[in-house]
Amino acid sequence: MPKMKIDGIDIEVPAGISVLQACEMAGVEIPRFCYHERLSIAGNCRMCLVEQEKAPKPIASCAMPVMDGMVIKTNTPAVKKARNGVMEFLLVNHPLDCPICDQGGECDLQDQAMAYGYDRSRFHENKRAVPDKDLGPLVKTSMNRCIQCTRCVRFATEVAGVEELGATGRGEQMEITTYVHKTLSSEMSGNIVDLCPVGALTSKPYAFNARPWELRKTESVDVMDALGSNIRIDTRGAEVMRVLPRVNEDVNEEWIADKTRHAIDGLKRQRLDRPYVRRDGKLKPASWGEAFEAIAARLKDVPGTKIAAVAGDQCDAEAMVALKDLMAALDGARVECRQDGAALDASVRGAYLFNAGIAGIDKADVILLLGTNPRWEAPVLNARIRKRYLAGKVKIALIGDTPVDLTYPVEHLGHGPSTLRDLADGKLAFADVLKGAKNPMIIIGQGALRRSDGPAVLAQARALAETVNAVRADWNGFCVLHTAAARVAGLDLGLVADGGIDGIYAGGEKGDIEVVYLLAADEVDTKRLGKAFVIYQGHHGDVGAHRADVILPGAAYTEKPGVYVNTEGRVQLAKRAGFPPGDAREDWAILRALSAALGKALPYDTLDQVRQRLVKANPVFGAIDQQAPGAWGAFGRSGDVAEAAFVSPIGNYFMTCPISRASQTMAECMANRQPQAVAAE
Amino acid sequence: MLNDNDRIFTNLYGFDDWGLDGARRRGIWDNTAALLAKGGPAIIDEMKKSGLRGRGGAGFPTGLKWSFMPKEVGDRPHYLVVNADESEPGTCKDRDIMRHDPHMLIEGCLVAGFAMQAHAAYIYIRGEFYDEAVKLNAAVRQAYDAGLIGKDACGSGWAFDVYVHRGAGAYICGEETALLESLEGKKGMPRLKPPFPAGAGLYGCPSTVNNVESIAVAPTILRRGAAWFAGIGRPNNTGTKLFCISGHVNKPCNVEEAMGIPLRELIDKHAGGVRGGWDNLLAVIPGGASVPLLPKSICDDILMDFDSLRNVQSGLGTAAVIVMDKSTDVIKAIARLSYFYKHESCGQCTPCREGTGWMWRVMERMVSGDARIEEIDVLHDVTKQVEGHTICALGDAAAWPIQGLIRHFRPEMERRINESKTRRIAAE
Repeated sequence: MPKMKIDGIDIEVPAGISVLQACEMAGVEIPRFCYHERLSIAGNCRMCLVEQEKAPKPIASCAMPVMDGMVIKTNTPAVKKARNGVMEFLLVNHPLDCPICDQGGECDLQDQAMAYGYDRSRFHENKRAVPDKDLGPLVKTSMNRCIQCTRCVRFATEVAGVEELGATGRGEQMEITTYVHKTLSSEMSGNIVDLCPVGALTSKPYAFNARPWELRKTESVDVMDALGSNIRIDTRGAEVMRVLPRVNEDVNEEWIADKTRHAIDGLKRQRLDRPYVRRDGKLKPASWGEAFEAIAARLKDVPGTKIAAVAGDQCDAEAMVALKDLMAALDGARVECRQDGAALDASVRGAYLFNAGIAGIDKADVILLLGTNPRWEAPVLNARIRKRYLAGKVKIALIGDTPVDLTYPVEHLGHGPSTLRDLADGKLAFADVLKGAKNPMIIIGQGALRRSDGPAVLAQARALAETVNAVRADWNGFCVLHTAAARVAGLDLGLVADGGIDGIYAGGEKGDIEVVYLLAADEVDTKRLGKAFVIYQGHHGDVGAHRADVILPGAAYTEKPGVYVNTEGRVQLAKRAGFPPGDAREDWAILRALSAALGKALPYDTLDQVRQRLVKANPVFGAIDQQAPGAWGAFGRSGDVAEAAFVSPIGNYFMTCPISRASQTMAECMANRQPQAVAAE
Repeated sequence: MLNDNDRIFTNLYGFDDWGLDGARRRGIWDNTAALLAKGGPAIIDEMKKSGLRGRGGAGFPTGLKWSFMPKEVGDRPHYLVVNADESEPGTCKDRDIMRHDPHMLIEGCLVAGFAMQAHAAYIYIRGEFYDEAVKLNAAVRQAYDAGLIGKDACGSGWAFDVYVHRGAGAYICGEETALLESLEGKKGMPRLKPPFPAGAGLYGCPSTVNNVESIAVAPTILRRGAAWFAGIGRPNNTGTKLFCISGHVNKPCNVEEAMGIPLRELIDKHAGGVRGGWDNLLAVIPGGASVPLLPKSICDDILMDFDSLRNVQSGLGTAAVIVMDKSTDVIKAIARLSYFYKHESCGQCTPCREGTGWMWRVMERMVSGDARIEEIDVLHDVTKQVEGHTICALGDAAAWPIQGLIRHFRPEMERRINESKTRRIAAE
């Protein structure tokens, strides 16, 4: 532990950190532009210069490692002069367009110019002009403002793993650009907007929409994938203006994926803002009372065995527990949350969790990807795997369909269950690698489980995990990667029915099931519901609403307080950022009101009571922000496996849920990614 | 004046054969194995005693630099890198070494590489030096064929390879860490220090980057002894040095001379004197474009070595003496240098990227006098804001010539501004 003196403060700091970090520990603020904790050190902005005793020149504190006995001064005239000078240089070619710049109000350059700059310019030459670049539909550029800090370049290269940004030219002519005018192909590209310390890179969909001081900020949780990235929703009035990441080291660090950030314009389109009832084959607007009456009339005298409910991919736990209780009240009708038919076993919690935790990836030394394409299923998690890869000494292999570029090298072992069996039997060389690993990790995607032989694959995966000693007291490397934000909470609440979704389809087709209740379930195959009476409760006019006989307008994730459990079993709380449109209501309240209309009133009237009910249903819901470990046991079922390859459930990253399907921005992203495909259509 | 028998570069002018036969005639490769037999530590010690200071411009003691290499070779190999990217305006000494006596450099590589336990030397040669690269490659081939380098260099048992790598014409690639980046195939941008190359250099391995001249003189120093070399010149500024004299002299030339020779003697004896006589002298840039110029008053009795020139706020640099007589527009001359630095700035760090362009633009206005007197102070302040705040020394190099100009020729700058103002008023 080196001892040093910073501005007269004696401090002992951990070895290996930089002088800048040491200064922060001592409570001394160091201005910076290019330095970022999660990126490599560039040392090029020179804003963080400080004086070191006995050094002939000021040192760049971000790049200088601490040494024992160092004496650092940050408040001397020389340091002030250096900062003033660097600030002046940054501003000489920076346009004075703050009034029309989207970064205004949250701009590092603006803030630091206030603190460290001169009050007037001594530069009487013409300013440099730089052509703007096209980085795709998400990132707007105004390259005149660029200060060449290269944060975006380092993010793209290091974190996102796409070497597409770089600097061309030299000296004054240096420009940040993509290689021969290509747009960015990362699913994480929106993060460079957050990283840009000036207004050179701003959000294109958000351009000129709002000023930061007009926005109300609400802490929430993302539902676009099962990661539960921590987000901040910025609203103005009822409108969600933008989504930004919150720091959570265990989940998303400080990144979010592009869908998380930019699918929000889908919240304004295709919304269900009043109940509808199908009359004479056509959906007609109705009042809540009329809708409830229509349901009550149809449900009358229908036995529970002929009723089924399906919970969707983005439901909050409150709505799901209310659905479960309502179905139980209706003579024990079945409820199912696995709408993709994945063979997940709800009886053992360890069987459906990402047990090692997302942060556990940092500790894994061998990673096997089983039927998953994490780049599309959970881009932020994929970036974490890449981070692990960059840290070195890790082997990553994949069993699944032909691999896409995951941004790190992957050994492709094979396509399907037979490869998995060979691996478990030790016939592949990689089996020894897994066995020799200290912390082996097996990431099982839904692509391996949502197939008819899913239970057998699950059993094989469990067997493999146990064989290679991936499940121990101190480490559980059996990791299920979900794609639906609601799935783990649904399983925790036991929303599983015998026969699964296929049983419901079979019942619908045969006529055994007469009523189907879709709680924001839009990934079901509505053609296979036969002649069943469909009640759709949700927020978008998507697949479910088209087939519905009664529509009950619900709330999207930004419009209700809710509990979500992410893929690693972490219970997280989302706050309400706004209210649902029109007559739409919070989902648990709709179910509660419907239960009264059916004469089977549920025993809770407030959100607090619902949450108490949640904790009673499963105590894990009581521990917010905790990753409750899953118990281990026997699960899966031995049986024959098919030869077909594991195929990731996500074929199109940008459109996976009603919100993203309604989003114009996501459509633009898709068109940008596959120009030929769209042109052909 | 240096005795002829004390000259190290005996074929500087290319009068003799540049190839292996000629080199052997001149004593190069003469029992090199015996030099190596002294052992690495002894060689480094001898170099330290000779007082040789790096000939690339900064003047860092060469022996000391070699001693920074790890004593034992760990899991990473050691590399010797020779900086032959000679691009400093006015400098052309390495070029003549490489085209007229390439074997001196190759022998030096072997000796220096052996001393620091490197099995490979990379010579990074300036891209524009096409003929020199051809000759150097041919000489390397000759040395391999004669068994002087290769698996068993000179029969010493030490395996040693020499690679010649051509640059692509960027001045900044002469900065040692930018050179390493370029050699690795990346953009030539200087690295942050620490870590220094001796700790993590080429491909992250311990490396030493030396100038061509520093390496080329090493075998001769070892043959004739540190005391001989240290006996030439002045204390702390020992040995002989190649001077490149250009500009307004009657006979521009490269010449090897003792360190500490008076500037006037150097110009008069070797370059045929200043055009129009010594009294026609306006100023001299004593060490390549990067160092501040000296007015005639200082040039009269200044000695050409590191310490003397530093005492007059200039530097020996690469010892490229650029002579300007009274016909010179000295402001324009420095403005042209400012343009050069603006053009060659890599753009990585802020003060240099933005400062070099700013300084050049103001300098251009100073040339025409289209400026205000106060702007001279602003310009000086800007040079101070660049100096010492950058990653590498290019920022300093861009700032110093302007500082020298303001220091010694401020009256001329003011005169021009006032003249221009008068002209403008008269025209109105």
